[in-house]
Amino acid sequence: MNQSIISLREKLDATLNTVSTISELENIKVEYLGKKGSVTALLKNMGSLSPEERKSFGSEVNALKNYVEQAISEKTAILQALELQKELDAVEDFDVSVPPVLEHGSYHPITLVQRKCEEVFRTMGFVVEDYSEIVTDYECFESLNIPPFHPARDMQDTYYLDNGQLLKTQTSAAQNAIYKKYRDALINEGKPIKAVFPGRCFRNEATDACHENTFFQMEGVMVGKDISIANLIYSMKTMLSEVFENYDLKVRLRPGFFPFVEPGFELDISCQICGGEGCPSCKHSGWLELCPCGMIHPNVLKEGGIDPDEYTGFAFGLGLTRLVMMKYGVKDIRDLNSGSLTAMSQFIEDK
Amino acid sequence: MFISMNWIKDYVDLSGLDINKLINQFSLSTAEVENEIFYKGSDIEGIVVAEIKSVEEHPNSEKLHLLKVDIGESELIDVVCGAPNVRVGMKTSFAKVGARIGEITISPRPVAGFVSSGMCCSEKELGISDDNSGIMDLDPSLPLGKDLKEIFDIDDIIFEVDNKSLTNRPDLWGHYGIAREFAALSGRELLPLDVEDLSKYSDLPSLDIKIENDDCLRYSGIKFDNISKTVSPVNMRIRLFYCGMRAINFLADMTNYLMLEVGQPMHAFDSRKVEKIRIKKFDKPFEFTTLDGIERNIDENTLMICNDNEPVAIAGIMGGLDSEIVEDTTALTLESACFDPVSVRKSSSRLAHRTDASQRYEKTLDPELTTIAIARFVKLLKDIDKDAKVISSLTDDYRRSYERKTISIDKAYVDRYTGIGDAISNEHIEKTLKALGFEVEADKGNFTVKVPSWRATKDVTLKADLIEEITRIYGYDNFMPSTAKSSLYPVRMEEEKNLEDNLKDILVKSFRLHELHSYMWAYHDEYKKLGMEICDNVKILNATNPNIETLRRSMVPTQLCQVKVNTGYASDFGVFEIGRVVNGLKENGLCDERKKLAITLFSKNDSVKDLYFKLRDIIAVTINEIKHKELSFSGIDAKYSYQHPKNLNAIICDGITLGEIGIVHPLVSKKIDKKAAIVYAELDVNEICKVENAGIHYEEASKYPGMEVDLTFMADSYAPIKAVIDGEKSPLLKKTKVTDIYVDEEGKAITVRLIFSCMDRTLTREEVQAIVDGIISSLAKENINLKA
Repeated sequence: MNQSIISLREKLDATLNTVSTISELENIKVEYLGKKGSVTALLKNMGSLSPEERKSFGSEVNALKNYVEQAISEKTAILQALELQKELDAVEDFDVSVPPVLEHGSYHPITLVQRKCEEVFRTMGFVVEDYSEIVTDYECFESLNIPPFHPARDMQDTYYLDNGQLLKTQTSAAQNAIYKKYRDALINEGKPIKAVFPGRCFRNEATDACHENTFFQMEGVMVGKDISIANLIYSMKTMLSEVFENYDLKVRLRPGFFPFVEPGFELDISCQICGGEGCPSCKHSGWLELCPCGMIHPNVLKEGGIDPDEYTGFAFGLGLTRLVMMKYGVKDIRDLNSGSLTAMSQFIEDK
Repeated sequence: MFISMNWIKDYVDLSGLDINKLINQFSLSTAEVENEIFYKGSDIEGIVVAEIKSVEEHPNSEKLHLLKVDIGESELIDVVCGAPNVRVGMKTSFAKVGARIGEITISPRPVAGFVSSGMCCSEKELGISDDNSGIMDLDPSLPLGKDLKEIFDIDDIIFEVDNKSLTNRPDLWGHYGIAREFAALSGRELLPLDVEDLSKYSDLPSLDIKIENDDCLRYSGIKFDNISKTVSPVNMRIRLFYCGMRAINFLADMTNYLMLEVGQPMHAFDSRKVEKIRIKKFDKPFEFTTLDGIERNIDENTLMICNDNEPVAIAGIMGGLDSEIVEDTTALTLESACFDPVSVRKSSSRLAHRTDASQRYEKTLDPELTTIAIARFVKLLKDIDKDAKVISSLTDDYRRSYERKTISIDKAYVDRYTGIGDAISNEHIEKTLKALGFEVEADKGNFTVKVPSWRATKDVTLKADLIEEITRIYGYDNFMPSTAKSSLYPVRMEEEKNLEDNLKDILVKSFRLHELHSYMWAYHDEYKKLGMEICDNVKILNATNPNIETLRRSMVPTQLCQVKVNTGYASDFGVFEIGRVVNGLKENGLCDERKKLAITLFSKNDSVKDLYFKLRDIIAVTINEIKHKELSFSGIDAKYSYQHPKNLNAIICDGITLGEIGIVHPLVSKKIDKKAAIVYAELDVNEICKVENAGIHYEEASKYPGMEVDLTFMADSYAPIKAVIDGEKSPLLKKTKVTDIYVDEEGKAITVRLIFSCMDRTLTREEVQAIVDGIISSLAKENINLKA
């Protein structure tokens, strides 16, 4: 074998042993195989050789070229693997036990409970209505069959405003407007009125852990032909089972007096803590007084432009604030309007 | 109100029935019964009649006595007793060895050196009154050794009815009315009240009674003398005590007993003080001292009982001190009257004095009751005090009654209301109404119903009221629930409600804001602390606290007060609320109530500028997501102390002003936190609702390469550049972005990237350049030039 070829091979082997980066390797490749490379240079000298010599020298150079290519490519693979390993090793071991940063916005708990209730009623075909917080005496009392001088109108319960209006003491204040809004569809198209209307209510009273002057209720009404007490019981039981996600929930009615219903009821549900066995939170009765309800008083329907001899209906009022306190174990009602983020930011989505 | 089952049993025979079950039924059918039921007498046992045979002083004690008592057994019993009223020959209540009083079982035990084998008891110790002045002084005719429970009604079941559940039932403010309910519930007969026939006194002289004001519906009176009793019988005192009243003296106890029995408040005057009874009001306010010794201010709206012109009692509320029965009273005049409920309620709240009488009158008592109560009183009086004499005829001025109603109702109507058809039969309807005292004429499912006076005052006027009577006695627990029949139709979301939900979701989910709730009014004290003024606005007339008397015009100050509370919560946070404000009055005099969305961002890390733009983008994204429209802003002047005069902008969409965005004034801001940046925005939800939703307009993506051109203009504001670019109508210009803004010595440089593309071909440089040139030359006309 030609001496120059042998020495080139030896030189290459020696060089490759010292190479540690891909870019050095690229340079070596050019040094040997480039246009001006040492292997290429060997071929340039071939002109001075005899045809026989040229043939054998040519094949030796080719063999050298193949050898160089293969050696470089093998070395490339080794270096690439090394570099990949280096890259992999460069990433440190993370400590996933570090607590995550749980940053989210929050809903007011009333919003969460209100939405839950609204969803239940929507699935049962009720429309959700909104209403103003400042209402007239007519809306809050007169249209609801609460006569002048009725104790419910007492100054000590109602915030009266200097323009003669008042802060609504009950969501029922929207009833009259809702009857008027939907009565044409009821009378002309036979569509029963099914509506719920959540809202902020106000009572002029001193606040403590159990009393607030500003709280939320959700009222519901259903009016149609032949809406009966049996329907009311069925509807209340079904809706409340959904609201509490308790399908063994029991309800019972007791007589209750509210001027805008007749008959009027207090609805009790089986205690959600003991299931009706009796415990301190239901004062060992097994029942919790939950919501007033009843058959809408004929005078109230009449005032809403609905003939009570043609149509009947039921109404109920749910204390949303109370439901929030029950659901989340809020002990002090004032926390809800406190504006404290430490308290309120805990109420992230709750579907 | 406490109810004694013994008293109920005077009027309805409940033998053989489960009393607890009946009380529960009463709670489910009539009125709410409080959970705790009291089994009176169950904690005492073995108390017998004993006679004190001898009394000796205790050698070492001034108070104690050594007694020998006889309980009819072979030997006398040694007892040590501390009561001051012991005397030989006295019969008293005695707890013998083995007797039980509460937790204590009596056994012989040494007392101050002597063994006492039993205990003489006071009424209080037996739990039958609060009299602890001495041991019981029993009727000497009682047989020795007889168990006290066989003599007195010590065993009783007492339950409490929630007064609130009786507001519409004036008839249930006495035991007789409650007994009527028990009769209906048990199907047993209600016995008549045991009354005196007063007609036998009609020849006696009448009283001088005259009603001079319509607030008195009826005034009945009768006069007695020669009443010798001063202490009420034990059973009467036990009942009063069990029902929550203290025994006072015989006459006072009698009027209280009658009130608890028939529900009619009564009052006894010294006859010398009421010779000419006049019921009237006075023209001028004056002072009047009531029985309890308190001087009260009486005004011209308060109805008074007078002796001619001298006031002697506040009608329906309380008697006067001067006309009280005193020791030398010989003749007394009994008042049994009916007053207007509203008048009594107003007077009692004006006087801030609510009595057992006034709370009954407030319920609209049956005027028929006045004479019934007198007849019952006389009967009871004569039974107890044989010497008592009626010395006048029943005198009755009956001016005004309530309308008597007759209601027609049929079975079909009942069925429609109940929804349970024949489960409630014609017979049930008739039987129930009759048991409750209604007169019923039944004719094959048609009923003509006469409402009794005690239900006619306000409670029962309509068919629906009869439905309640029929169904509650049937029992709501017995109803078979059934679903309403209803046609199918879609339920649409109410637009504003929907908007509110969307706003909340975006702010919470996309921007991690916190929803808070607040109050409708401006908190004077809290605003003042932050240096914010209270804007003149609609006021609450009867706010108990002057701090809350003015309604708020904006939610921003409210929210700033909340931010102040939370400065320690985190170094950065954002809060929002959808709530109401009042923007003064509308032309029609009603409040201009607006629903607002307020957002406040607080940061100790961000610059006020970054925070401001963060808030601007929150609002822009939110509105864009809901309405698919962009916002514009326009500078406005600061009006309130919390507004920073700079960068206060109106937020506008589609030409509708939605609200404002601003920086909190440093004077207010520093009071909240010395270093933090605070920015706020307030939007009118009703106005957002007015903006029409542009909806999504889908445009297919071009398959040909587009072209981007960056231009840098020297301009003070992006607004004129935007105006020109927006005015460029070429369909090839698809999008514009501001990629850089920087300020150097030459001024403000704004780099805009214009993105072009075409649906059906590759764009040429020339056509794009033509559009770009057009934009450049339009801007040049406004003195906005490319950066050199």
